[in-house]
Amino acid sequence: MDSIIFKNISKEYGDFALRDVSFSVPRGSIMGLIGENGAGKTTAIRLLLNMIRADSGTIEVFGLDHAENEREIKEQIGVVMEEDCFYESLKCKDVAAILRHIFKTWDDALFRSFVKNFGLPENKRLKEFSRGMKMKLSIAAALSHRPRLLVLDEATSGLDPIVRSEILDVFLDFIQDEEHSILISSHITSDLEKVADYITFLHGGRVVLSENKDKMLYEYGILKCGAGDFAKIDAADIVRYRKSAFGYEALTADKNAAARKYPDITLDSAGLEDVMLLMIKGETK
Amino acid sequence: MDIIISNSSGKPIYEQITSQVKNMIISGELKEGDALPSMRLLAKELRISVITTKRAYDDLERDGFIESFTGRGSFVAQKNVEFIREEQLRIAEEHLKNAVSVAKSSDISLEELEGILRVLYEE
Repeated sequence: MDSIIFKNISKEYGDFALRDVSFSVPRGSIMGLIGENGAGKTTAIRLLLNMIRADSGTIEVFGLDHAENEREIKEQIGVVMEEDCFYESLKCKDVAAILRHIFKTWDDALFRSFVKNFGLPENKRLKEFSRGMKMKLSIAAALSHRPRLLVLDEATSGLDPIVRSEILDVFLDFIQDEEHSILISSHITSDLEKVADYITFLHGGRVVLSENKDKMLYEYGILKCGAGDFAKIDAADIVRYRKSAFGYEALTADKNAAARKYPDITLDSAGLEDVMLLMIKGETK
Repeated sequence: MDIIISNSSGKPIYEQITSQVKNMIISGELKEGDALPSMRLLAKELRISVITTKRAYDDLERDGFIESFTGRGSFVAQKNVEFIREEQLRIAEEHLKNAVSVAKSSDISLEELEGILRVLYEE
């Protein structure tokens, strides 16, 4: 069963539009939403949370319509947005005092244990917190009502590697329960390369790819060659290519077949970043 | 049980897991009925995605090395190390056949070949 299903979602703004966006997040998995700034990641998340309404299409969360069953669904979602969402003059205990009255299933003890494990200062006001501390507090707040789904928008960007690694550990802990799922948007692909199970790649408001991550990492490859060899490659074997002054880089969707067919051409594995770059900047042959 | 994942080996991570688990089973370090860590725990500890450990366990199950039961976890299959050994022997034989055909075509003697094998084995 899927935790989230986006079906043909479109949303038109004056200068930007999400068009026909469909993807789903299987229960028990981590879905990474990637794409450059302005690709539509945040818009997709705002639609999911019913903060804005789609022009057409449907979104299901836990098998329910996301707008009709908004309250029921939101009791079971934890959300972390990029900006700070609590008043600066609050302390950790004040955040708990507010959220205790919002979520039926709020667990004070759990929140305190997060605060303690994250090493958050209990007597400082939020305005004295570092960006890493604020992010950890947001994550603690998002998890303390024991949600089944965690939604994060750029949660790990702008954080140092140590804090990012601590946060990834929290995600991996959360996903130990097979009923739990995570939707995380990010343009830092290395974090997602590690832990995500599926990747949905948005570009210009459209879904370019929505795929099993291992499939992407192990099946996509990059052929690197000069103009002579490039001319010999079948157009059908190339998803996108990029030309530089000293040669070509061509993205192929079947690395193993390419290795057999073109044994003399250098073939590299493709990381998410390579796929993202070539998909956006590359041309089709 | 140790599983070491290399990011620079060029081998997919699921393959690194399956080959190490297979080795442990063949060498007897893991015995019939021994429990394997859950896919989710393994993913967490290795800091990789669940889908990768799932692929590894699915492959191990397909090849008959482990058995998985919903809700209970995965265990080293009851089957026979004998059979696995037989398989490995067959693979070794294939390679040796190739070596012999190369030797015959280039006039390399059996003694020379045995000498090479001995040196390689004792390396």
